[in-house]
Formats: sequence, C-alpha cells, structure tokens
Amino acid sequence: MAEMVKLYIDGTEVEVPEGTTILNAAKEAGKNIPTLCYHQDLPPTAACGVCVIEYEGRPGMQRACCTPVAPGMKVITNSKTLRERRKAVIGLILSNHNVDCPSCAANEKCELQKLANDLGVDMHMYEKILDHRPEDKTSVAIVRDPDKCILCGRCVTVCDEIQTVHAIEIADRGFDAHVDTAFSAGMGVSPCVNCGQCIVYCPTGALREQSHLEAVWDAILDPEKHVVVQEAPAIRASIGEEFGMEIGSVTVGKMYSALKRIGFDAIFDTNFSADLTIMEEGTELVQRIQKGGKLPLITSCSPGWVKFMETFFPNLGENTSTAKSPQQMMGALTKTYYAEKSGIDPAKIVSVSIMPCTAKKFEAQRPEMRDSGYQDVDYVLTTREFVRMIREAGLDFKNLPEEKPYHALADYTGAATIFGATGGVMEAAVRSAYYLLTKKDMNNVDIKPVRGMEGIKEAELEIPGVGKVKVAVAHGLGNARELLTKVNKQLEETGKSEYVFIEIMACPGGCVGGGGQPYGSSIAMRARRGEGLYQEDSSLPKRCSHHNEAILNIYKEFLSEPGSKKAHKLLHTNYVERSVVSGDAVREITHKHGH
Amino acid sequence: MSLITKYVLISIDEDTLIAGARKVETELKRILEELDLSREIMVVETGTMGIMGKGVVILIQPDDVTYVNVTPEDVREIANEHLLKGRPVKRLEFTGKIDQSVISFRETAQELKKQTRVVLGNSGLINPESIDEYIAVNGYEALGKALTEHKPEEIIDIVKKSGLRGRGGAGFPTGLKWSFTAPLKNKPKYLVCNADEGEPGTFKDRLIMEGDPHKLLEGMAIAAYAIGAEKGFIYIRGEYTLSINRTQKAIEDARKYGLLGQDIFGSGFSFDVEIKKGAGAYVCGEETALINSLEGGRGNPRVKPPFPGVQGLWQQPTVVNNVETLSNVPAIILNGADWYKSIGTEKSSGTKVYTILGHVHNPGLIEVEMGTTLRDIIYKYAGGVKGGKFKCALVGGAAGAFLNEEMLDVRMDYDHLGEYKAVLGSGAILVMNEESCIVDMLRNILFFFKHESCGKCSPCRIGTAQLYMLADKIYSGQGTDEDLDQMLTLSEAMSTTALCALGQSPYLVIHTADKFFKDEIEEHIRRKVCMKDICRMNGAEHK
Repeated sequence: MAEMVKLYIDGTEVEVPEGTTILNAAKEAGKNIPTLCYHQDLPPTAACGVCVIEYEGRPGMQRACCTPVAPGMKVITNSKTLRERRKAVIGLILSNHNVDCPSCAANEKCELQKLANDLGVDMHMYEKILDHRPEDKTSVAIVRDPDKCILCGRCVTVCDEIQTVHAIEIADRGFDAHVDTAFSAGMGVSPCVNCGQCIVYCPTGALREQSHLEAVWDAILDPEKHVVVQEAPAIRASIGEEFGMEIGSVTVGKMYSALKRIGFDAIFDTNFSADLTIMEEGTELVQRIQKGGKLPLITSCSPGWVKFMETFFPNLGENTSTAKSPQQMMGALTKTYYAEKSGIDPAKIVSVSIMPCTAKKFEAQRPEMRDSGYQDVDYVLTTREFVRMIREAGLDFKNLPEEKPYHALADYTGAATIFGATGGVMEAAVRSAYYLLTKKDMNNVDIKPVRGMEGIKEAELEIPGVGKVKVAVAHGLGNARELLTKVNKQLEETGKSEYVFIEIMACPGGCVGGGGQPYGSSIAMRARRGEGLYQEDSSLPKRCSHHNEAILNIYKEFLSEPGSKKAHKLLHTNYVERSVVSGDAVREITHKHGH
Repeated sequence: MSLITKYVLISIDEDTLIAGARKVETELKRILEELDLSREIMVVETGTMGIMGKGVVILIQPDDVTYVNVTPEDVREIANEHLLKGRPVKRLEFTGKIDQSVISFRETAQELKKQTRVVLGNSGLINPESIDEYIAVNGYEALGKALTEHKPEEIIDIVKKSGLRGRGGAGFPTGLKWSFTAPLKNKPKYLVCNADEGEPGTFKDRLIMEGDPHKLLEGMAIAAYAIGAEKGFIYIRGEYTLSINRTQKAIEDARKYGLLGQDIFGSGFSFDVEIKKGAGAYVCGEETALINSLEGGRGNPRVKPPFPGVQGLWQQPTVVNNVETLSNVPAIILNGADWYKSIGTEKSSGTKVYTILGHVHNPGLIEVEMGTTLRDIIYKYAGGVKGGKFKCALVGGAAGAFLNEEMLDVRMDYDHLGEYKAVLGSGAILVMNEESCIVDMLRNILFFFKHESCGKCSPCRIGTAQLYMLADKIYSGQGTDEDLDQMLTLSEAMSTTALCALGQSPYLVIHTADKFFKDEIEEHIRRKVCMKDICRMNGAEHK
C-alpha cells in the first residue's frame, strides 16, 4: 500500500497516495487543471506546458501532469500569472496550427479547440508561423496532416510504448521538429500496422482515416449499383454516444434503421460472419488438437495484429488461424453466395463495411482478399465516417425506430456480439470448440477470466476427453509482443507452448477501442462499451455460434461443412512476411489450402 | 648524457592546429636536426597558453620569449637568430599584456602567489599527453590521499566545506549534489562529466581537457569514490577531436598505471571511464538531455523530478558535473577546504576560468579568482577593448546577460551577478565595442535559440521561432513597439513554461538588452534607422 500524502490545492486539503501527480490530486479537490498534451491512458510527455502550477518552496512554475505530490505541499492552480501563461502557451500553439475547425475531421472533438475556447484565448495573439508540410497520404488507412500537429507526442507514445510498432517518431529539432516515419517515406512505407491508435489519441485532427465516405455515397446514389453493408460488432456499442446516448449503449435496431434510411440496398451484419468465423476457426482448433497440428493457434480477426505478426513475428505465421476475419468472410460470401442466390451480377455489387477499425481498410485491399473473383469488400467506413454519414443524411439517430436488417446474412448469436471486446473471440470460440470436441454444450457459457481490461489474461479450462487446456488473451500490441515473446521462448526451449489457443487484438480493449472509433476513446470508455456488448450477449436467446440456424443453413446450402474445400477457398487466407522498414511483403510464409 | 639547454614549448590545441602548429613543429624538429641541436634543445608539446586568435604560439624557455603567428617559413630565422645566437626575433614576439595573465609563464614567484591557478595550473607547462609529467607535478596524489585517508563521506564534507559550485552555469553546490546520490543503495551509480560545451563563445572545457586531461580524470575518480560510482562517462562534443584524443590517451595511460580500473591503490575502489562523443546539439549540455543522448536516444530534456541524482542514466543514480568543476576537485583534496575557501568570495569560492573574446586585444583563456570585476578581466587580462569604446559584454553565452558600462565594476561571482539578475553561466565573455548593434546581436542570439531548441515543448519550440521573427522584424525596419513588448512578455512567459533552461533563457538576453539599450532598439523601431549601419533596414522580407 502506498503511503497517503496530505497536501493543499488552492487551500483545499486533499489526501492522495504517494506518487500521485498534482494534476490527479487536484481532481480530488474538484479542480481540473487545464491540460493539453496529457492523456490519462498514457505516460505524460510534458510537451505543451499548459498545466503549469506553482507551489510554495520551489521557484518558478511546474507541470502538474508530471510533478508528484509531496507532504504539506501548497499548490496554487489559479492566479493571474498562471492564467496569462496558459493563454500564452495556447496562443503559441495556435500560431503554429492550421486553425481549420469547421472543415476539420476533429471539429467539436478537438481538445485544442475546446481548451482555447474554455480559456478564452485570442487565436491571433501571435503572428501565424506555420511551415506548410504536405499531408501524408501514402497509407491506405491513415492520413497525417502535419499542419494540424501540435507535437504533443501522444501518437508517438502510443505507437512506441503501447503498441511497440515504432512506425513514427519525432524527427528534426526545434521549429523543424515534426512527426515522421523512417526516411520520411510516409506511413504507407513503414512498419505501421494501421491500428489507428494514433488517431484515437490525437488531441487535434492531425490524424484521420483515409476516407471512403464520398465513394460510398456515390455508389448509393448510383442506380446501377447494388450496395450492401455489414457492420462490425463493436460499432453498435459506440455510435449511440456520438448522439447523446450513454456510453456503452448498444443500438442495433437504430443502426439498421439508419442504414436503411441512408439508402443501402441490403443490410447484413458482420455478427453473422463472426459466428461463421467461430465455426471455421473452432474447427481448425479442434483439428489441430486432434491431429497434432501447430499449436498454439492464434486468432486472425484483427488485421492490425495480422500485419504485426507478419512484420515482427513471421515465425508464428503457421500458428495463426487461416480463417479470414468476419469482414472478409462476409465480403467473399456477398459476391458469391448472395449474388448467386439473389441473381445479381457480382460486378454490380458494391460491398461496404462499417468498422471500428482503420486496419480493415488495409485488409480489404490486400491482394489475398479477392477470392470471389472481385475485391471482396470494396469500401470500409470507420465509426467516425458512419457518424458523419448519419449527420449528413439528416437523421435524428437517438429517436430512430428500431428496425430489422434485410437479410439472413444478419442473424447472429451472443457469441458474435462479444467479438467486439477483448477476450470475446476467445470466449465465443471456447463455447463452440467445447461442443465440437465433446458434442455437448457447456453448462455455463460465461468465461469470465478472459473478460476485462487486464493486458494479458489467462484461463485454464477442463474439457472432458481432452483434459486441461490453457488459453491466453492479449490486447494492445505491446501486450501481444510480451505474450508472444514468452511463447516463442517456450517453443524454442521445449518445442511446445503452455497455451493451446491465444486471442490477440491489436487495440487496447479490443475492437471497442479500435482506431476507427470516435476521437478521445479512453480505456475507461472502451471498458464501458465492452460492458454493453456483454449485456447484449447475455440478453440474447442464442449465445453459441453453432446454434445459429442461418449458419447451419449456409453450410447446408452452400459451404457443405466447416473446413470444406469451398470454405477454404472463400473463407481462409494465407500470410506473408513483411519488411520491418517498408511493410512490404517479402515472401509467403503460409500457403493457401488447396493451392 | 645530454644536456638540455633550451625548451621550445609549442602549444598544440584546436586553434593552433588549424593555424598549422604541426607543420611548424615538424619544421622545427627538422631544422634542429640539421643544425645538430636536437640533443640540446627539446621541443615539447603543451596545451593552450591562453593566447587565442594569434596563430601558432611557441614559447622558448628559460628565455621566456613567446612567439605568435609563427609559420614554417619563420622557423629557420628563429633557429638561427634565437636558438643559435641568442637574439630574439622581435617581429614575431608577443607584445600583449600577458604579464598579468594567470597562466603566463612570466609571472614572478610573488605574482604566482597572488594569483591562483587551480584548474589551469599545468596547462601550457606540461605535456598533456604524458602521464609521467602529470605525476611529476603531484598528479594523482589527491586521488591516493582520497582513497587511502578518507571515507567517501569525508570527501563530500571537504567539497561541501570548500564551497565549490558547479561551473557548468547554474552554480549548484557540488558537495550537496553529491550528497543526494551518495547514500542511495541503488547500484550501479554513474558519474557523468559534461564536456558538451556548447554555449557560444565558450571553449574553456576544451582547453582544460587539451591542456591537462589527467586532472579531469583524477577529479572524476575522486568524485566517483565519493558517490559510490564505478563507471564514469565523459560526454564530449564530437568536434573536440584533440580533447577526445588526449583524454582517450589519458584514460589508457591511467589504466596502465592502475589509476583507473580495478582496486585502485589497493583500496578496493574500482572505477573506469568511457568517452562518448556528442553530435553537436546545444541542448545536450542540459544534463537530462545529455543523459538521453548518452543512452542513445534523442537529446530531449527529461522532466524533473526525478532528478538525475536519483534516477539518471538508465534510470540509475547519476551525478553530472562539468569539466571545470571536476578539475577543481584534486586541488581541494590536496590542499584542503579552507585553502580553497580562502580563494574567491564568501559565497563563491575558488577560481573561475573565462573565455574572453570579441572586441578585445587579447582574446583567450584566463583563470582568475571568483569576484574579479569585469573591468579587470577586460582591461587587465584581455588588453582592453579594441576598435572603439566599450559598449557591453555578453556574459555567460547566449543563455547569459548583457552587462553595460555601469556593470563593469560588479564582482563576477554567482551572488553578485545574481543581484542584477545576471548569471556567470558558462564563463564566456563576449565583449562588444560601441560600433556593434544590439538589435543585430539580439537577432543573432535568438536565431541561435530557434536553431538549437530541441522541439519537445511548445513554449520553446514555437516561442523561440516567434522571438526570432519579432527580432528580425525590428532588424529589417518593420518592427513596432508592440513587437518589442511582445518579445518581453513572451520571453517572460517562456521563462516559466518552457521545460528546460534553453527555452527559459531568452528572457535574460532580451530583458537586459531592453534594460540597457532600449533607446537603441526604439531607434530601429520608430526612426527605422540602425545608427551602426549593420541592420538591414530596407524592409527585407523576414522569415
């Protein structure tokens, strides 16, 4: 137990554990010291200088975000000088920022905009000095606008310390300092895995997704095109909060309703293909266990993780499930099964997905993802783009009626919904793998040890006929790196890992914390969205993928059985090793079944 | 047996090397060989003699004749006339007022008593590349004494009592700094010598290392013993080739003699030193940025606390001391705290090494007692102001302050300067005569800050760019009264919101320039004229 420290914030006595920063101690006194570069989820970078305070006994001003409390400290958070200094700092930042608020992707979400307004800063306080640098549009997923970057350092911290990808760094010094990739080659020519955590943590609009919004509108408004849409599990838990609903509200019916009104021709649900993924991946797991295949099996639904594996852990390619992600399974079925069944020329189908993710934009454009004979998924919209679409369409989302989707490719179970939270794929897979191995359902399908926000989670399950099975879940690529380094060590030393099955999600919190989710998604918000998904799961009549009748039906009608030749052609993929410098494919590390 | 009748001391430092000292040396040896004098007359390489900007400098002893601007072509004349016939070559003789300089050879025994050389005592006298010569002048005796007669706590006590304060700029009491790290149990601890001298106009650390590298190593070993460090690093500017080479040789020689390495003097104390070359960023002189750079990272300052003394290099307790600070330590241990305290002023004991440059007759390096006035330094040691009347001096480098005529009699030490909100800083004294323009100077300094900001914190990154832009407006005849006001308020805001001393420093130069030369700045703004005809008042575009 940390010792408690008593101190005074503007005369108010507070008691906080030793090591607490003045910024957090002030919250105990009901004061939010203005701060810009600091984010509660990340170690402080101390870059901006907005949170300055004074305390008796040390001359000058200190940064509240990184100054620890001391016993008896008398902190002053508000004085004429402090107010002036904070304004001066924000004024300086504005003088070096492309103040482009109305047309900025982060408008109304921008922390600089809010702070400048809250503090009444004159944006013309200092003359504009901005070295115009071109936008970095080299990545298929992420766009960087250096003119809006305030060098708070959050993106670099997230990329280096949380995700351990090291795609971006601060380059050059002084006024020339800027965020850059190696050799200034651009995000598209870097180890960037497109996770988009840099976007979510960006306090301004310096980072955003490569938008497909206009293309989707054009397709919808083109009478020649048949536009279908699928929505990821996690987005139903985050759209509501953008329209004044409580964080974690699950808004499935309103979501379908909005899609219908926007004008999509057919509404599917990625939750359907999440159930399908469980059938394919679960079968793969069972086969590997029974036939002595490569273990541990590692999930493959997070495209950020897949690229991370291909770049940093290519030796685990054969351990990674060959099953495509739910988005890509749905994409492949759309232009084959659905086209056939509804008699529509697949060339006229435009397949759109709405994802909490920026890496899905990259995944959709991978050359491996064309098994229908076309690009399986044409456009990927992030949650943020979808929210904009709803606004542009003039929909009062909060008050939309609850409606149903258009098609059987939208039926799903609770197992699919929890795909959106860390541990969810593991839980869903275990529910069905247990059945596939024992031909019996679990008594209690809640597998609580794999839920929650702890970075690496483990569980041990007793499966009759198989014995004890150890599984692990990691979310956030830094945690993944830690877990897989351990796995590699075990494989190297004994040829065997203690784990049978591992779930990895690139983003902290899983898809509810994806890089396509609203700006400012904190860990706390992600946890609440995850809660929303677990609630939906427990409220659904069916909670195991193998109980999904639409799934059983599509096997009967089209795919024959999990792991069949046809399933492998459409629903499975292969991996490549990638250059740590450019992210380019270097060589194939797995081969597609039957090729 | 050969009898040496004369010594020819040739100063080998970065400045004389550029001027061709090696060529002169080779020619000298060749001609002595030719004249068959090489067994009687010995050529000795030394560190700086304190004379700067005057080409190759040689000193002939015991005749006590100094020659400057010597070229290979002059060597034969010197050999024929002086070395053979005993007739000094008048045209090459140094006529500056070197008599008073503490590092001159010409001081009589009496004068030497008055003037104390602590740091530069050996510089220009011994061959810096010879450990034997250093040992011959009591070198490493202090280390022996420290290790065999004192406990680490006692060393800290002596240094505390001596009143030694950090010579890097901030003047933090050295013994106190050590006392924060010494009791920590966390091992390993590190001692880092800051030799990343980057303050414009400062080159004292370079000349200390070039002239007497063993003294630095001895000081480091004593400091390491006091704080309990077994590993030391010297972070030297990469451009300081000669310092690096000589210090490296000194380290290797000291290892051979068992003065570095395992179990020094059989005391059980082990210590070794490694050199790390800096890449030339000014900010890396800031101790936390230096530590980041030493670790291989970007030279960005860290947040304090934690202070390096508790969590520094690789998160271990680390003391960072300046070259000059550490070079004071052997003498303190050898002669005692009271002896050191008797030099200088009450709160700033000891000597201070200054580099003096700009509009003076004899630019160079001097070591004088703390508390010596600026007037004495300029007029007694540097030969007075060249090319016009004294206008001001920039003391302490870019991070220092302008001192005008009224300030000439202020005693130069931490506290007396502090009273005027000025600083001793790095010890650079840049003298400007009345033909120089304060606006031009200010703009130059602000360009320097803009260029050297690391870019980590907004107040400094953008603030230094704004300040330069404002100064440039005034320089190019486009400035307004508001611009000057903004320079004053912005630099003040930066002085409390910037993360490290770099962004906090423009305050001092701007405010002292305004305080002493407001009329001159306003002339540029209101009458659009630079009376010295230096600034481009044609409204050229600013950038």
